[in-house]
Amino acid sequence: MQIDIVSLITIFILAVFVGNEIINKVPPTLHTPLMSGSNAISGIAIVGAILAILVDAADASKYIGLAALICATINVVGGFLVTDRMLKMFKKK
Amino acid sequence: MEAIQITNILYLISAVAFILGIKRLSHPKTARSGNLLSSLGMLIAIIATLTYPGKEFDFTLILAGVGIGAVIGAIFATRVQMTEMPQMVAIFNGLGGAASAFVASSEFLSSPNSPFIIVCLSVFIGSLTFTGSFVAFGKLQGFISGRAVTFKGQQAINALIALLSVSLILAPGLFFDSSMFSGYLNAFFVIVVLALILGVGLTIPIGGADMPVVISLLNSYSGIAAAATGFLISNNALIISGSLVGASGLILTNIMCKGMNRSLANVIFGAVGAESESGSSDGKEMNIKSYSTTEAAMILDAAEKIIIVPGYGLAVAQAQHVAREVAESLEAMGKTVLYAIHPVAGRMPGHMNVLLAEANVSYDVLKDLDEINPEFEDCDVALILGANDVVNPAARHDQSSPIYGMPILNVDKSRTVIINKRSMNPGFAGVQNELFGYDNSIMVFGDAKDMLNELLKEVKEL
Repeated sequence: MQIDIVSLITIFILAVFVGNEIINKVPPTLHTPLMSGSNAISGIAIVGAILAILVDAADASKYIGLAALICATINVVGGFLVTDRMLKMFKKK
Repeated sequence: MEAIQITNILYLISAVAFILGIKRLSHPKTARSGNLLSSLGMLIAIIATLTYPGKEFDFTLILAGVGIGAVIGAIFATRVQMTEMPQMVAIFNGLGGAASAFVASSEFLSSPNSPFIIVCLSVFIGSLTFTGSFVAFGKLQGFISGRAVTFKGQQAINALIALLSVSLILAPGLFFDSSMFSGYLNAFFVIVVLALILGVGLTIPIGGADMPVVISLLNSYSGIAAAATGFLISNNALIISGSLVGASGLILTNIMCKGMNRSLANVIFGAVGAESESGSSDGKEMNIKSYSTTEAAMILDAAEKIIIVPGYGLAVAQAQHVAREVAESLEAMGKTVLYAIHPVAGRMPGHMNVLLAEANVSYDVLKDLDEINPEFEDCDVALILGANDVVNPAARHDQSSPIYGMPILNVDKSRTVIINKRSMNPGFAGVQNELFGYDNSIMVFGDAKDMLNELLKEVKEL
C-alpha cells in the first residue's frame, strides 16, 4: 500500500491542529496524567513494530522489530496503567 | 470492500478514540473514562495490525515481545511512587523514541529503497530522544549531577554534530559512496551515533530546575519520532497519534517556559544553574521573625480564609497527607482553605496536583496561578510549605534578580504570610527570598512534616 506523500502531510497537519485544540482544553491539574497518557499513545509505534516482525523478514530487521515491540509495549501498558492509577486519585469531596 | 480498507477504517477508529480520549481529559470527572477510551483505541490499532491483509506474522516472536514489554510496563506502572512520576515519564519518553527509531531501522534494512531522508529523520529524532531522556532521568534520580554540566566549546560541538547530521541526511553522497546500499548503510550508522551523542550533549547542560521543560520537550520529540515513522511506513495511525503527542508536548513545554518566564532557547542553551550564585545576596539585611508552631496555630485560629502554597519541599518531606489533615481541621472550624498551585511547583507539569490528589485533597480546591492570585487580596493567612522561588516578590520588581519577570503567586498580598522552611538556604534557583523579611511575614523553621504534625495537634486543641 503506497499512499502519496501529500495526503500523509495533509493528515499530519490536520492532526496537529486537532491536537492543539483539544490539548489546550486540558486543565493544569491534569497535565501529568496528560503526559503519561500521551506516552502511552506514542506507544502507537507498536503498530510499526508488529509490521516488522514477518515470517519471511531477514533476521536483522525482525529482531530490531522485536526490540521496537518491547519498548513500545512497555509504553502502552505502563502508560495507560499509571495514568489510570493517577486519575483514580482525583476525587471531589 | 477490500480487506486493506477495513484495516484502515480500524486505524481511523483508533485515532478517533485517541482524540476523544484526550478530549475527556478536560475534566477530572471524565478523565478516567477518557484514558480507558484511549487504551481501547490502542487495542483496536493492534488488532487491525495483527489482521493486516497479506502479511504473515511471526506470532511466536510477537507474543514474546508483547509479553516481555507488558510485564515490564505493568511493574513500572504499579511500583512507581507519585514523587517519581517525572523519572518514569522520562524513561517512557526515551523508550517511545527508541521504539520509533527501531521501527525505522528495521524498515530501512528490509526495504533498502525506502526514502533515506525520512528513515534518517525518524531514526535521528528517536535516538536523540532516547539518550536525552535517559540523561534527564539520571538527573532527576540523582545519578547525574542535577547542576548544569558545562564546558568550553560545548555549544560549538553540539552545533557541529547537528550540522554534520543534517548534511549526512540530506547528502550522504558527500561522505559515502551513494551508488551502493552499503554507502547509505554507513551513513545511517554514523547518523545514529551522532544522534545518540547529541541527545546527551543537549540535555547535560540543562540544570535540574529546568527539567520540567526538558521532559515536556522530549515528550513532544517522542511523538514527532512516531509521526516520522508513520510517514516512512505510510501508516495513518502513527502519523495522527504521533502528531497528537507532539502537539501535547509542545504545548506543555510552552506552559512550563511561561511559568518560568524563560524562552525555550534560553532553557536549552542558557545553562542556568551552572555555578552557585552565592555572591548574589547584596548584603541587604532582612528582619526575620521566627515564630513557634503554637503562635502559628493562634494566627490560623483567628483567620477566616487560608491559602496553602505547597512546594516540592512538601512532597520531598512526604508531608502532603498531614498538610491535608491540617486543612481539614481548619475547614471543620468553618474556615475556607484553598491550595495555590504554581505551574512549576513540582518537577513536571501538573506534578503537585497529582501529589495532592494522592493525599486525598479534593481537586476543586486546587487553584492554578490565574485563579488564585486575586484570592490573596482578601486572604488572612498564606501558608507557604516548601515553596520558595514561586512566591518571591522580587520577580515582580527587582530587575537584577535572576527570576525577574517570572509569574509568581502574590502571597505577600495576604494579611499574614506564614513560611515553613528547614533553614534559611536559598531555593532551587539559588536566589534569596526577600519575602522572608516582609513586615507581614513570619517564619516557622523546621522539617515540614514535623512542623505540620505539631501544628495539627495545636489546631485540634483550639
